[in-house]
Amino acid sequence: MATKMTGAQIIVEALKREGVDIIFGYPGGAVIDIYDELYRTPEIKHVLVRHEQGATHAADGLARSTGKVGVCLVTSGPGATNTVTGIATAYMDSIPLVVLTGQVPTKLIGNDAFQEVDITGITRPCTKHNFLVKRVEDLAWTLKAAFHIARTGRPGPVLVDLPKDVQQAKTEFVWPEEIKLRSYNPVYEPHRKQVEKAYRLLEASTRPVLLVGGGVISSGAHEEVRELAELLHLPVTMTLMGLGGFPGTHEYSLGMLGMHGTYYANMAVANSDLIIAVGARFDDRVTGKVDAFAPMAKIVHIDIDPTSIQKNVRVDVPIVGDCKRALARLLEVIREVGRPAKLWKEQFKEWWEQIDIWKRRYPLSYKQDSEHIKPQFVIEKLYELTKGEAIVATEVGQNQMWTAQFYKFDRPRTLLSSGGLGTMGYGFPASIGAQMAHPDKLVLDIAGDGSIQMNIQEMATAMDQKLPIKVIILNNGYLGMVRQWQELFYDRRYSAVQFATIPDFVKLADAYGAVGLRATKPEEVEPVLKKALETNSLVLVDIHIAPEEGVFPMVPAGRATTEMILV
Amino acid sequence: MEKKHTLSVLVENTPGALARIVGLFSGRGFNIDSLCVAETLDPTLSHLTLVTHGDDMIIEQIIKQLRRLIDVYKVVDVTEEGEFVEREMALIKVRAEKETRAEVLRMCDIFRCKVVDVSPKTYTVEVTGTESKIEAVIELLRPLGIKELVRTGLVAMRREKKTL
Repeated sequence: MATKMTGAQIIVEALKREGVDIIFGYPGGAVIDIYDELYRTPEIKHVLVRHEQGATHAADGLARSTGKVGVCLVTSGPGATNTVTGIATAYMDSIPLVVLTGQVPTKLIGNDAFQEVDITGITRPCTKHNFLVKRVEDLAWTLKAAFHIARTGRPGPVLVDLPKDVQQAKTEFVWPEEIKLRSYNPVYEPHRKQVEKAYRLLEASTRPVLLVGGGVISSGAHEEVRELAELLHLPVTMTLMGLGGFPGTHEYSLGMLGMHGTYYANMAVANSDLIIAVGARFDDRVTGKVDAFAPMAKIVHIDIDPTSIQKNVRVDVPIVGDCKRALARLLEVIREVGRPAKLWKEQFKEWWEQIDIWKRRYPLSYKQDSEHIKPQFVIEKLYELTKGEAIVATEVGQNQMWTAQFYKFDRPRTLLSSGGLGTMGYGFPASIGAQMAHPDKLVLDIAGDGSIQMNIQEMATAMDQKLPIKVIILNNGYLGMVRQWQELFYDRRYSAVQFATIPDFVKLADAYGAVGLRATKPEEVEPVLKKALETNSLVLVDIHIAPEEGVFPMVPAGRATTEMILV
Repeated sequence: MEKKHTLSVLVENTPGALARIVGLFSGRGFNIDSLCVAETLDPTLSHLTLVTHGDDMIIEQIIKQLRRLIDVYKVVDVTEEGEFVEREMALIKVRAEKETRAEVLRMCDIFRCKVVDVSPKTYTVEVTGTESKIEAVIELLRPLGIKELVRTGLVAMRREKKTL
């Protein structure tokens, strides 16, 4: 008979078998046994954070930048509830995570025991699935199933709640070869007939747009997207989550669409006669007023999650399947039919002429200022100095939108941003996860003075791990995006958007042993950024930007995307 | 156009599975008109009959969202699948004193209800049938004085195809 293992040993063994080499966590009474095992497991690097929310975002940043499943480990009660924002962030953006939470012993569950909370109940609506393991015999299977569910189909976070007595109980370790669930079988292979229908619509179209969403990145379909666009001469626009799914510097790129999308992307979509949406879910920030969204367009919608299709907009040709495979099949059909490239080019010639007019009329722009630093200028400089090769995390708000507009993302998994949930405080811990997974790459966090303070305690984590992350704070002394809405739609009543106290970020950096730099004039931007990029340590760059600079274009919430406020 | 739909749902018989389904409806603003749950022949599966309403797009979303739950094995929109039988049961405790005692029994006879409990002042009546039948019985017994009413919610099953 095989030797028996404790639950804690099984958990650590399962992590090893799933190829996990980095986890983020915070210990507590209900997970001491697991931590005791980790103490003896040098193969798994445990990153001790300063707050459990930071652990989830760091695991998320690792997952987004690598495509692997991010893992974190926290204790019961408050440890578990602190992960909820991070889990919901990952859920909205379909990021694979496995979150291990300690739980009070099974006998005490339901007794309001110390540090007890019903975390599976709390996270039911924001996880792809969750488990409470009540028997040590179920542990190995459950952990394997958690990883399986997290990474397959439309990825997402899975939580496994682990009572303390289950961690201590012993059983034989049986690792299942594969997980088969009768009630969970995501469809990867698209229906051939649907793909042919999509092709026929392309042939009949004169004003098509290829719309790239986050599904392109999670399925690794960026090469197929590029091939399709280049073969047929299609204009390509991206959602925030889709940035990097098609090269931002490509001549066919129209940049981002939606609320803060480019004028020409929104005009192209509004006037198109065919939208091929790949792994995008037609979020309200993309469509604006739904009734006015692309009124003349037929819509082909490729998505692995059938619930995304026909949820917000009417779809003419739904294609359920993996984005990469669906595009590969579409490319096969295109080759089989073998229409000459010249014909496609001619077919969309007039369309491109119209798009070029829109591009020339309102390119992405901002007014330069000799006195104040413009945030867009900072992002442009960063792009230039990093040659577009950094992994860029953002916080949420104006900093996020300026980054999306002015940093050109050419490769997938280089922009880490909370798109769906819009979680302030996401970027910095996410950059920690990314830098842990990519020690040799340049990792930036583009922040605002508001959001950086939401998880600023993780500076200590970055210092512990000697991570040379560059945090660029676009400091306007405001909660800028809310201020912008108040300026435009609430007669400048700036309610609760100005902090009376903002820490001295340079001194703060110093207090943590990091490097603090500051720029207050436009001419200081380049030297300060250069210095930051040359510094091999955590750097906080406090850049005082024009306080009332806005993000434009802007589509007011609930309006048609053609009703843009331009600069 | 809003329409009533009866959904038949097979779900893993595990703790929390029902909570996931109910949570899905409340979280996404869908309606549950009635819900009936019990184990199936296979004890690892539970069967739910769920009555809901909404326009086509909403019903499509409800079905897809249900299918997306990891624990949900099968969802059938019974209303869209053609002919089906549906039944509901109600227990009605109705006042039955001297002048109405015979009247209650007469009603029971007409609707083929069963009297399942008797007391000096009440009859408890069991009635099984379609929703409209149950409602008809309630309406007719109401003037006599209904003291208590419990309904099960609908169960439904597709009819077997009657092809020769």
